[in-house]
Amino acid sequence: MSEGQHTHTVTLTVNGDVHTAEVEDRFSLADFLRKKLGLTGTHLGCEHGVCGACTVLVEGEAVRGCLMLAVQADGQEVTTIEGLADIGGNLNTLQQAFMDNHSLQCGFCTPGILTTLTAFLQDTPDADEISIRKALSGNICRCTGYDTIVRAALSAAATLRAGQS
Amino acid sequence: MKPAPFQYNRAETLSEATSMLATLKNARLLSGGQSLMSMMNLRYVTADHLIDLNRVQELAGIALDETHLRVRGMTRQRSLLEHQPLLARAPIFREALEFVGHIQTRNRGTVGGSLAHMDPAAELMGLAALMGAEITMTSEGAQRQVAIADYPLGYMTPNIEPLEILTDVAFELWPEGHGWDFREFAQCHGDFAVVGVGTLIANDDSGMIERAATVLIGVDDQPVRLRDVEDMLTGETPSESLFRDAGALASKHDMMGDALVTSAYRKQIAGVLVRRSLTQAVKRATEQKNV
Repeated sequence: MSEGQHTHTVTLTVNGDVHTAEVEDRFSLADFLRKKLGLTGTHLGCEHGVCGACTVLVEGEAVRGCLMLAVQADGQEVTTIEGLADIGGNLNTLQQAFMDNHSLQCGFCTPGILTTLTAFLQDTPDADEISIRKALSGNICRCTGYDTIVRAALSAAATLRAGQS
Repeated sequence: MKPAPFQYNRAETLSEATSMLATLKNARLLSGGQSLMSMMNLRYVTADHLIDLNRVQELAGIALDETHLRVRGMTRQRSLLEHQPLLARAPIFREALEFVGHIQTRNRGTVGGSLAHMDPAAELMGLAALMGAEITMTSEGAQRQVAIADYPLGYMTPNIEPLEILTDVAFELWPEGHGWDFREFAQCHGDFAVVGVGTLIANDDSGMIERAATVLIGVDDQPVRLRDVEDMLTGETPSESLFRDAGALASKHDMMGDALVTSAYRKQIAGVLVRRSLTQAVKRATEQKNV
């Protein structure tokens, strides 16, 4: 590293695997996932907290990957889009609902929307359309117009509820 | 990676944080980071040092007593929304906090960070002005209390000295049975409000308005308490025409214009929102009395 660049060594658990790496202090968590771990499913759009594409789960809560430093996530558990499907690559309920409802076109926003909805449906199993639309207010999609995304979320919520009862 | 290089410093205790702040040159405090990191990514802000407060456990906590809500600076916005006794005692917190950013930003964003950032449309600043908050700053070996009226010094400039950390805020709670309302007009949910309004109302047993507080956010560099509207309402029997007159009075206040929204448009929106907010708060105050 060139002079003047400050670094820390961090250890974090990503999708169940423990990783230790040296990172520049100014690396965001999203930078770390993409550049150090090669997990490029986490997308960087605006990099100032507006678009939601970089949303990942830290300790189970949806956060902006571009507004949290990698060094801040030291010792914590992170889940990315790569951690949603099972090891065999089978889509989970929410992902399958997105496929069934044509909830993506270009797919750039999709990882952030799936991570956001994963946490939201855990917190709010009986979510209705209005609460889903509010939950998605921090994720920008420029293709779908959101209708098919909301439909998928409602359908996944119903499936998850039925599975629990 | 967008920000200019800086050195990251993690504080584990409050005394460590105040001491870092006193010794490190050109240092900024990192709270939830939901405004600061954006500004650093855009290079509006550069710093030689960041002092991270996120591991300072003593700086997070919510205490509720008969008369006050006391919140420590690093308390996440999400934590207020999950605090059932608070939401039952002062339901305006739920209504207002749901307008604060988005789920992802409320999970990280803190109460102290929002007050220290002092965005003109910040809901938490609006609640602080509405509920006569007192804010505590801590520096090495010293504490200082500032009343909300003396807290804003100008656009995004709070009354915090360079070596101080905003550590606590106390909100004065209204008596049980009060009415409340918080609403906003924004281009889409979670955007900074063009205009926001918060209202608290206490009725006497005959249904007369005994006490009223109304605040506007997003219309000036700081929240604006509508004292003239509050005076107009106090001692009156609620009616549609009273609320209409109150809205008209609210829209007479000076309001800022910007590249997207003119002052005249803000005034018109403010008048309508104040009328609706009063109507709803009084309705709830009446319902509370009849429970």
